[in-house]
Amino acid sequence: MAEKVLAPLAGNIWEILVKVGDKVQEDDELVIIEALKMENPVYSPCDGVIKEIKVSKGEQVQEDAVLMILE
Amino acid sequence: MPFLEAMGILYLTPNMITMWLIGLLLIYLAVKKQYEPLLLLPIGFGIIIANLPEAGLMKPDTGLIWLFYHFGIEWEVIPPLIFLGLGAMTDFGPMLAQPRLIFLGAGAQVGVYVTFFVAYAFMGFSLKEAASIGIIGGADGPTTIFLASKLAPHLLGAVAVAGYSYMAMVPFIQPPIMRLLTTDAERRIRMKKSRKVTQREKIIFPITATIVIVLLVPASAPLISMFMLGNLFRESGVVGRLSDTAQNALMNIVTIFLGVSIGATMDGDHFLQKQVIYIFLLGLVAFMASTASGVLLAKFMNLFTKNKINPLIGAAGVSAVPMSARVVQKEGSRVDKKNYLLMFAMGPNIAGVIGTVIAAGIFLTMLQ
Repeated sequence: MAEKVLAPLAGNIWEILVKVGDKVQEDDELVIIEALKMENPVYSPCDGVIKEIKVSKGEQVQEDAVLMILE
Repeated sequence: MPFLEAMGILYLTPNMITMWLIGLLLIYLAVKKQYEPLLLLPIGFGIIIANLPEAGLMKPDTGLIWLFYHFGIEWEVIPPLIFLGLGAMTDFGPMLAQPRLIFLGAGAQVGVYVTFFVAYAFMGFSLKEAASIGIIGGADGPTTIFLASKLAPHLLGAVAVAGYSYMAMVPFIQPPIMRLLTTDAERRIRMKKSRKVTQREKIIFPITATIVIVLLVPASAPLISMFMLGNLFRESGVVGRLSDTAQNALMNIVTIFLGVSIGATMDGDHFLQKQVIYIFLLGLVAFMASTASGVLLAKFMNLFTKNKINPLIGAAGVSAVPMSARVVQKEGSRVDKKNYLLMFAMGPNIAGVIGTVIAAGIFLTMLQ
């Protein structure tokens, strides 16, 4: 069952903390989104494995953009 | 020996040296603590050079810094130009997405009026002075300078320094009040997603807002009109060059003249009075009261709405953009790390800027 990780707010992709194939647990930090000069961590919605990363560092994303897909 | 007699050192007074120390303190805070360095650094240096005897930098008509001050601030040129840049930096989206949050920006102006009243009724300040002190609670530098330069120019330096110092201290001043006035459950409220705001709305807003606000409070026109013009540059999407210049090059240029001239208004004999301590105390009261009133208003609104507001975002109604919005995000994430309040907080934050300008406009209309 694939789970999408969505951007909780608009901003810049500051850092991607995981790579494809990584095993993550619920509430692990996956990505840091920079908005208004503030670093906002995005947490994993569930346990799983990173299947796909849809964004790259420095990219501007809108709210609800798909950041990565978990499996 | 005319040369020896002309040496400044002969005319040095203890007050001047005290002012140097104050200037150095501001420079220290700017460099070491990064407290509003863009303002406090030039202000600190301005204080020092205004307290060098016989230098005449603030001598009317001829002094270099006096000319900056006269044409920049007394002529009301710099604060509106700063607003032009701020407008170009501001995204009204979060506010337009949830227009009810505008009330929070208005509610947080309570501190301005409370302080105005206290300063006038209990501390012996005149009405004009009290208004210039109260406006500190709006947490908006250029508006504070704009109002003080018109109503109480002799307090300008103290009011500006108090305002900018407290703005830098927003991350320390606000959280205790926010925690005191909210329950854990309230701080955990996750707000419902905002709707998307279209470009058309974002273009119509600055034009309509200018017309409406200036029709209601004409005295706010210099600040509001420039603020909205800058925003129109931004949102129109067709004048990227103008938007860029307004928020970067032009803003930086006027900030230099603003900071050094404000600093230079603080000569020791005028500045070192008991009044200044009162101004700093009242400024702090203003900040605290504005924070509290924003939070309490959000709680009050929750009594009537189904779609609950996280009361923390009320604290962002004091302008201090975007520091107070960041404080809200931080406080919210302390109890629920997956609660993203930042963009919601930007709504009252931006509304707070407009609210403060309107408050200043009302003071000007009533008192000038």
